[in-house]
Amino acid sequence: MSQSSGFSKALRTDAGKGLILISPTALFAILLLAAPLTSIVLLSFWTQNFLTIDRTFTLANYSEALTDPLYRSLMLRSVKISLSVTAVTVLLAFPIAYFVSFHVRPSRKSLWLFLITIPFWTSYLIRVFLWRVILAYDGPVNGTLIGLGVIDEPLSWILYNSNAVVITLAHAFAPFAILPIFVSLEKIDRSFLEAAQDLGETKLMTFFRVTLPLAVPGVLAAALIVMIPTVGDYVTPRLVGGSGGTMIANMIYAQIFDLNDRPMGATLAVGGMIIVGSIALALVLLTRRWTRARS
Amino acid sequence: MKDKTPPRPIITLEGVHKYYGDYHALRGIDAEIGEGEFFSLLGPSGCGKTTLLRAIAGFEDISSGRILLDGTDMEGVPPNRRPTNMVFQSYAIFPHLSVAENVGFGLRKAGMGNAEKARAVGEALEMVGLGGYGDRAAHALSGGQRQRVALARALILKPKVLLLDEPLSALDKKMREQMQSELRRLQRQVGITFILVTHDQEEALIMSDRIAVMFEGEIAQLAPPQELYRRPASRRVGEFIGMMNFLPATIMSEASGKLQVEVPGLGKAELERAQCPGPANPGPGEIGLRPESLTVLFDGQDAERVAPGKVEEVTYYGDMTYYDVRLEGAPNNVTVSMRNMPGRPVLARGEATKLAWDARAMVLFG
Amino acid sequence: MKGRGLHIYALVYLVFLYAPIVLLPLFAFNDGTTIAFPLQGFTLDWFRALVTTPALHEATLNSLIIAISTAVLSTCLGLFAARAATRYRFPAKPVIVGFIMLPLVLPEIIVAISLLVVMLQLGLSLSIWTIIAGHTLICVPFAIAILQGSFSNMDRSLEEASVDLGETPLTTFRLVTLPLVMPGIIASLLICFTISLDEFIIAFFLSGNEPTLPVYLWGQLRFPARLPVIMALGTILVGLSVGLLITAEFFRRRGLRRAGLPDSGGFL
Repeated sequence: MSQSSGFSKALRTDAGKGLILISPTALFAILLLAAPLTSIVLLSFWTQNFLTIDRTFTLANYSEALTDPLYRSLMLRSVKISLSVTAVTVLLAFPIAYFVSFHVRPSRKSLWLFLITIPFWTSYLIRVFLWRVILAYDGPVNGTLIGLGVIDEPLSWILYNSNAVVITLAHAFAPFAILPIFVSLEKIDRSFLEAAQDLGETKLMTFFRVTLPLAVPGVLAAALIVMIPTVGDYVTPRLVGGSGGTMIANMIYAQIFDLNDRPMGATLAVGGMIIVGSIALALVLLTRRWTRARS
Repeated sequence: MKDKTPPRPIITLEGVHKYYGDYHALRGIDAEIGEGEFFSLLGPSGCGKTTLLRAIAGFEDISSGRILLDGTDMEGVPPNRRPTNMVFQSYAIFPHLSVAENVGFGLRKAGMGNAEKARAVGEALEMVGLGGYGDRAAHALSGGQRQRVALARALILKPKVLLLDEPLSALDKKMREQMQSELRRLQRQVGITFILVTHDQEEALIMSDRIAVMFEGEIAQLAPPQELYRRPASRRVGEFIGMMNFLPATIMSEASGKLQVEVPGLGKAELERAQCPGPANPGPGEIGLRPESLTVLFDGQDAERVAPGKVEEVTYYGDMTYYDVRLEGAPNNVTVSMRNMPGRPVLARGEATKLAWDARAMVLFG
Repeated sequence: MKGRGLHIYALVYLVFLYAPIVLLPLFAFNDGTTIAFPLQGFTLDWFRALVTTPALHEATLNSLIIAISTAVLSTCLGLFAARAATRYRFPAKPVIVGFIMLPLVLPEIIVAISLLVVMLQLGLSLSIWTIIAGHTLICVPFAIAILQGSFSNMDRSLEEASVDLGETPLTTFRLVTLPLVMPGIIASLLICFTISLDEFIIAFFLSGNEPTLPVYLWGQLRFPARLPVIMALGTILVGLSVGLLITAEFFRRRGLRRAGLPDSGGFL
């Protein structure tokens, strides 16, 4: 009896109630995320033997992924494109975040944020496809530039290569970069800036010595949020990347559906996760080091 | 002050302990709170006063001990079935309901008709001075109005005990003073036991019949306001309630209920045994003196017991002037408060002065 | 940092952000079979063609079923988790919550591929249900983020006050908690619906022979002749998304007003 009352008392505590309450969601995540992730890791150590799976543990897939120049260049290109996208997106986004935070009246800020986020919620597929139209040989970009007399012949380096992938993804992930930077800028106490100017700094130097350092955590968060999904993007390389712009996700798809080599597909997926994980970890450590040094 | 006969206890706390993991929040609380009493739990933040209040309301399970409410053990009784109601620090006015819906919230299961309910709500609002506010939206109210709605909402259920968790801390000074007198009027009107949690010693002194001063999960002293002020049970209580000067003292002897004490700076004094709350063994001790029980003697004035000293600091408040005075032979300053009466000068820093003192105002800590 | 220069930059940036969306209706109403300038003239043919494409209707129906199921399922699961996370302290909380939020920082292809592999290895056939499962997985973190905001905006003593006034925990949830987080629930439903409706990769991997709207669209992109119809469809979808978004924003602001809180930005 004392045991059962002890048990019911445990259920009445915060810990008991919290665990019970979160268990449906947690179970769902375990079933549909933990189990599948574990199984592709397992699968990556097996091999495909025509139609059957050979379940002997082997690192063959990994050694192939690391040595085959095709896979190697693909992974390198994925990382390179993803990092360029991240850099371009964050650099383009910072002035916007700064503008909304420092130069827009408080009552209008949420309207600006709303305007910035709207395009993000419209069909990704169609947006990416439209970049193909915009950047096309006879598209509006080339048309405008020729019309203005800036160029004589349409630019061919803006479509069906990695540049096009970078432009398109920089567009697709713009709000992801703007919002975290905006949040970190909003948190800056405006009296810091007045203090810096009071102590004799110019507005420009105040920006470099006060505003920018305080915005660093937001910038790093933005970089993280943009980098992670772009490494694994499938649609953009297919639509605007041409043959020179394919990325790891396209190869994973080809392995599974076209070449019917699921273990190799799984290996590349795990490889992708490791790449994303290590870059993310590096950025997180960087953020942590920065904030610790500041606090 | 109420009559001296103690009222029937409505709440009895017996050895109440509360642990949060390793943290010992309540360390054996014993107290009886009488019917119709205005009772305050006073202490600095983190002393356990709010935990105790929430344990009485049923929001915190206690680790051991008993809480009796009107003679019934409350163990395992959830807050919704306890005859207590609470006024929350944030007032907890439901933002999606109107004022009338807020006040009538607890009447849902009361088995009243709509007309009867509306009349009860109207009366409750009238009682707190918000007659005619029933249709207002809750989020359109000012701080003071929210507080009144919270009061009406709790009192409409006619609880045996009303619990108030720092109800005035969110109000500005003027509104707070107004609500203090209003709360006392309300409590007398309805005759219900009020238990007030506050960290403001002045508020507790003004409003309460009795006050429990709490430090670190324990009741340091439980007494009516005057006794608490005049005879603090420990140096810590004396420091917490009002201002108190302390001077080292030597306890010489105890004879026929009198204590002989030697205080450097003041001289010899004879104290009643009741002036010493603890044991009074001969040896070193300390006396406590309120600033108003010392008096600066101006030209031509004299008293039975006088101690010379020098003014070290003058703080002028308009109605009052506070002097920090170093008495000759005393190791530390004492603060003296003097009312600024017409024709009375304000002394300057560095002036020599004489202080009159009275042994009856002293408290001795052994 | 001149305000004027930044303002111009901001406007140019908005043009960059909106360029694709602005082009969409241009080509949808353009009387020409190629997606290229110059524009030819006004026509509604492409919209009419939408009405007479049964495969499109089927895909739309699939997408709607998936999006509605996903929205309801994610919001329910999100409610449990958000409530637990804001209200209770329990062991391993950061680990559990972090794991549930993981899909937010996992490339979608990984989620898609791992679900697909499990389905294939288990020999389960792909259907609308597998897509719903996948979409729910990626929508739950969004639902939690939105609902966590609603729950933590709510003063905890409101629920205590209700219990103190005689209501049971269950009736308190119905009378106090639910009405106060309702704006968050509606916003969560709308956001999850929008995400699911637009999601491509997971649907592409898990759809089998029941395509969703984006999967159908993807198939059509290969046929140049079908592109103007796609533009018409895209215009409708964008209009719908923007409409939903404005509704969601409306509810979010109302929620903030009700709770008497200042507006502190958008959803993300």
